[in-house]
Amino acid sequence: MNRSQHIIPSGIVAAVGLWVAYISFTQQPSEAFLFPRLIATIFVVLALWTFAKALLGRSRTGAGLSWEIIRNMAPGLLVALIYVFWAAKGLGFYTATTIAFFILLCLYDPAPHNVLKSWGKRLLITVCFMAVMYGLFAKLLKVYTPREIFF
Amino acid sequence: MEFIYYFGDVFTPISFGLLLLGTIGGLILGATPGLSPTMAVALLIPFTFQLEAAQGLILLGAAYTSTVAGGAVSAILLKIPGAPANIATTLDGHTMAKKGQGARALQLSFLASAVGGVFGVLLLIFLTPVLAKWALAFGPSHLFWLAILGVTIIGSLDGSSVVKGLLSGCIGLWLSTIGFDDIMGAQRFIFHPSLGGGINIIAALIGLFAIPQVLSMFAKGRKDTTSELISVEKHSIMDALREVVSSVRALSIGTITGSIIGLIPGVGGQIAGLVAYDQSKKFSSEREKFGTGHPEGIIAAESANNAMVGPSLVPLLTLSIPGSPTAAVLLGGLLIHGIFPGSDLFDNHPQVAWTFINSMLIGQVLMCIFGLYVAGLAARVATVPQYVMAAIVLGLAVFGSYSVQSSMGDVYVMLSLGVMMYFLERFGFSAAPLVLGLILGPIAEANFIQGSMIANATSGLGPYFLTGTLNLFLIAIVIASIIYSVWMELRSRRYTAKEDLI
Repeated sequence: MNRSQHIIPSGIVAAVGLWVAYISFTQQPSEAFLFPRLIATIFVVLALWTFAKALLGRSRTGAGLSWEIIRNMAPGLLVALIYVFWAAKGLGFYTATTIAFFILLCLYDPAPHNVLKSWGKRLLITVCFMAVMYGLFAKLLKVYTPREIFF
Repeated sequence: MEFIYYFGDVFTPISFGLLLLGTIGGLILGATPGLSPTMAVALLIPFTFQLEAAQGLILLGAAYTSTVAGGAVSAILLKIPGAPANIATTLDGHTMAKKGQGARALQLSFLASAVGGVFGVLLLIFLTPVLAKWALAFGPSHLFWLAILGVTIIGSLDGSSVVKGLLSGCIGLWLSTIGFDDIMGAQRFIFHPSLGGGINIIAALIGLFAIPQVLSMFAKGRKDTTSELISVEKHSIMDALREVVSSVRALSIGTITGSIIGLIPGVGGQIAGLVAYDQSKKFSSEREKFGTGHPEGIIAAESANNAMVGPSLVPLLTLSIPGSPTAAVLLGGLLIHGIFPGSDLFDNHPQVAWTFINSMLIGQVLMCIFGLYVAGLAARVATVPQYVMAAIVLGLAVFGSYSVQSSMGDVYVMLSLGVMMYFLERFGFSAAPLVLGLILGPIAEANFIQGSMIANATSGLGPYFLTGTLNLFLIAIVIASIIYSVWMELRSRRYTAKEDLI
């Protein structure tokens, strides 16, 4: 794993640590920030230590990321982000979940896309899953979710 | 012997039904690779909102117990441990299954799990009230140090880097301060409207444990990850029972090792199973047979990882310090019902405490009985492809986090924390200390503020927090756990460097 892979995350964590420390020591009323100040001090020390180790190339823990992992994960992550941050509220929970679930199956199912049977299987799994979810959350737990279109 | 009075409460139709549901569901979830016991329990929490506190805890406790045991099914029949706790079981269990002794291996595994589990829960029953009474002597400074101890022990023992473990704990403690300050009502770190009410613990738990798993499954891409399932032939249960009873040494080593490891906060079932396996091998007269399908290997590993379950709840129920990530999730399950562990739990809610603990005892027996029958079904569920599992878990995580308080903000927080945790985990950070920080942060802060007020009126901040036998004892444990972990880390690096040279 190359050094820059460690520098980026530890740099972000260090930046967050410094921001937390800045807010904790500058915001008022100071009594409300007594505990955050205590944490921020240790947070900054540890974060800068980690960042320094990464800069010196002495950070060795973690498997890191490879292009293959990013390539494989990116479509699923994108679907999850769109599903949660837009579709769930925009289209309604059940509609959005049905679409997201089906897209994820299509993206990651190793079965060939030109076989009609595999599409049927994906559709069947989606319908079964959604039936269970509807039964569990709408009927059993009576959770009222945003319902924009369809159901 | 107070626990005996509440045994009847476990056998009410709803409670017993939930116990059965949790046990059978847990066995199936546990057998599913990628669904860790912590994640399974976190995903179940939303289903406990409408239940009474004791009933909700029965469901969560049964799921915890049986997911640990259920992991042995896929370890034996698929060579994929259902949970990290079952790694040691794979060594001999799968070899036995390949020799056509799958049923025997499963029977030994469930019987040993039940023996270890019952011993562990008995330890929980007898240790908890004593420690809970002792906890009454704790003042704000002690409770503050205890909360810090919970975070540092897990931070330093969990994961491969002590500094990153402690840093994860700090991130968790910081996240717990987001929202409005309780005393002054001041806004703290609210950089998005969703964070106005602070970070909801249940949504955070679901995100931190479920989403990294989902992304890990996505990261495998369009590979066919279906494993070959070994068929199981019939084997006499009485023979298996005789075999377990005759393997007293392996059973005792497993049970005692698991119980001791369970009592140490931060040390999980994975270590319990592996340590017990190793010790059992060292003390066995047939040590060369270990790894080639030796029953003692399964008995030691499985009795250890289930014996760990009960004692891992002792620090949680007495001192409010979750001993493991799953215990932290169970704490979340208690807090949503407005119940705080410690003396409050046993003095004001004895029915909740004892019904829960008793249900774990009965759950161990049910897990053994049903495990033997559900194993086949659980193994089939374990062959469900990972991409289907990923999509299911994502859907459950979204619905589960929304149902906490019908807030989209919780869903956003859940996914954001989950995605952040996935990337942090890839670089050696760990979810367990972060979760502990998030859960223990409010306890630490409340006691720190209360302690500061007392200190200002009396001896001053330094003497109040840094003197006194109990304070010094707790500080010494915090420092010792960090020094020990640093030493272990340096030692393992030296070994790795030597191996590289060789």
